[in-house]
Amino acid sequence: MADPIIQIKDMNKWFGDFQVLKDINLDVEANKKIVVCGPSGSGKSTLIRCINRLEEHQKGSIIVDGTELSEETKNIEQIRAEVGMVFQQFNLFPHLSILDNCTLAPIWVKKMPKKEAEELALNQLKQVQIDDQANKYPGQLSGGQQQRCAIARALCMEPKIMLFDEPTSALDPEMIKEVLDAMVNLAKAGMTMIVVTHEMGFAKEVADEVIFMDEGMIIEKANTTEFFANPKSDRTKLFLSQIL
Amino acid sequence: MNKINLLTPDKSNLYNFLYIGILLFFFSVLDVTLNSFFNINLTSFLPDALSFFLPLILGFIGLHFIRIEYSGIKYLDLINKNINTNNFNALLSLLIIFIFIKLLPPALSWFIIDANISGDSRDSCTGTGACWTYIKVWFNRFMYGMYPNAEQWRINLSFISLAFLGSVGFFATEKYKKYLTLYYVVIYPIIAFLFIFFFISGGPIFFDFSYGIIAAVISIIIGFFIPSKFKMYYFIIVPLTVYILLKYVLFYEELIELGKLEALEWVETGAWGGLSLTFIVSFFCLIFCFPVGLFLSLGRRSDFPIIKYISIGFIEFWRGVPLITVLFMSSVMFPMFLPEDMFIDKLVRVIIAISLFEAAYVAEVIRGGLQALPRGQYDAAKSLGMGYWKMYIFVILPQALKLVIPGIANTFLALVKDTPLIFVVGLMELAGMLGLAKTNPKWLGYAMEGYVFASVVFFIICYAMSKYSYNLEQKYKTER
Repeated sequence: MADPIIQIKDMNKWFGDFQVLKDINLDVEANKKIVVCGPSGSGKSTLIRCINRLEEHQKGSIIVDGTELSEETKNIEQIRAEVGMVFQQFNLFPHLSILDNCTLAPIWVKKMPKKEAEELALNQLKQVQIDDQANKYPGQLSGGQQQRCAIARALCMEPKIMLFDEPTSALDPEMIKEVLDAMVNLAKAGMTMIVVTHEMGFAKEVADEVIFMDEGMIIEKANTTEFFANPKSDRTKLFLSQIL
Repeated sequence: MNKINLLTPDKSNLYNFLYIGILLFFFSVLDVTLNSFFNINLTSFLPDALSFFLPLILGFIGLHFIRIEYSGIKYLDLINKNINTNNFNALLSLLIIFIFIKLLPPALSWFIIDANISGDSRDSCTGTGACWTYIKVWFNRFMYGMYPNAEQWRINLSFISLAFLGSVGFFATEKYKKYLTLYYVVIYPIIAFLFIFFFISGGPIFFDFSYGIIAAVISIIIGFFIPSKFKMYYFIIVPLTVYILLKYVLFYEELIELGKLEALEWVETGAWGGLSLTFIVSFFCLIFCFPVGLFLSLGRRSDFPIIKYISIGFIEFWRGVPLITVLFMSSVMFPMFLPEDMFIDKLVRVIIAISLFEAAYVAEVIRGGLQALPRGQYDAAKSLGMGYWKMYIFVILPQALKLVIPGIANTFLALVKDTPLIFVVGLMELAGMLGLAKTNPKWLGYAMEGYVFASVVFFIICYAMSKYSYNLEQKYKTER
């Protein structure tokens, strides 16, 4: 069996004196879909932000696709180009059109010719069904469309891993479905995904494993059916009873 | 019922009130107008105090009578909505109208009716109003300073050419649009510098450098139109050929000697002045202070302590000292620190001083824009694998600079209006020339006309700049 694509060992992180993450151990194998859930403030977002080093960890090690995350800038940019990320607040670039949002990084980071990048971008936009909006600006789109564009933008870098940081939390209930559909399609295509979400329906449908976090620790890690049918810890049971 | 209603107009007796109200209002305006323009007092039979306040009282009652809500008459509703909403506003409106009417005749008489413009000496100014002859006689000096009259075509030609070259952006086709930034940021300032250094300044140096620099600029410009396949060969072969041609075929050394003979007369920068100097100083200061300010603002937010504290120190130093002392230092103290045989022109020193001074302000304005951007923009750019410079160039700065256009325009306007301060080092731009002209024994006592003229000129320049910045804001607006 091949090495896991993400290996986290004894990772600790502090914000000042406050310890956000405590002794995190997590291996993610390629093509697996992991859903991370837990109450707010439990360190879920910080965990996945550490995986592409938007946050630095202070102790332990994170190895992504064979490269250990360290101080060295060059390898961080390499890793980031391989790890796509989708944010809660979309974070599209408001001064660029949808198409330019998608082509910016391929052209300037991967040095792709402009024509090729545009083809790729249009193709990705088609996958999430907003190719007809390509020349509009983000401000002219609905929340759901913006989030789908953000997914397409991340996919244009052809990443090996996709991280989702509460992608549907800032959306109207009606728009959640269109974003989740796009994510389900992506999952079916075999992408390695780590998703922080409260959408348990989504977790049941696509996740291979569910992780429950509280107070900076991984409380429970189990495969999906087991997690929902038969949770082990009391904290998980309480959380599930409240959310379902 | 109708009798009680006498002082509260409404729709039922609309026209009665309307006619009386309009009549009263017009009578009050007529009274003030006649009083102010023709010095006739219609109400002189009344006691003095009453006669003075009568128009105000009548107009007030008139406005009260026509204040009928939703009358259905379009213009009446418009007036009521804008200047006649309640008693206090009606009174204010009346006062403003009356003060304006009262001020108009003296202003008109000073500016036009009693002013003189004919003749070309002080004696022709016989009227009690402004003496525009003064401006007419000194106009040349106000524009060109002490620049020799016979050589002024050089300034005109340079400015016209630069204005023409500056408008290239409006005519550029889609194909060349992407080179425009490069053109305006790098090539255009160089061309402007060449014009000013070789053409306005003149001297035997003209043919010396100019061949080399102009040849280089032209070959670089042509280089952009060469297909990229041959570009490398082009940039190697052309300079070599030019060098060989100059040295062995055209005998460059002899050309220099030749050039020295035929060169334009050298005009030292101390003789430059007037509006043209205002333009030159403002132009170069605007161009230099922006990039310096940009790097300072980035430096101040840098993670490297050395860069950060140098930037902070630089910004705080220049913001803490008055411009006038900076200019004084640049002309008196600075040369002392230079090696003996090194000489930097006064104008250059002044331009550098003002640029550094304004750069500190620009830096703080841009920093405001950088701080206004949400952290998510940085996260998104980083998560796509962009490094520091790519992130700033493509994502952060375009948004931040767009946000701070009003602030930058503000700083630039202040810069243009700060240029008169260069008089402390003996450079006379427009306001400086005014100071010189008003102390001329032949033309004593016409300072007023000069300052009015200068304010009009500065207002035109600054208003144009502010309009332009507003257009830019509209152009780059992409939010809904």
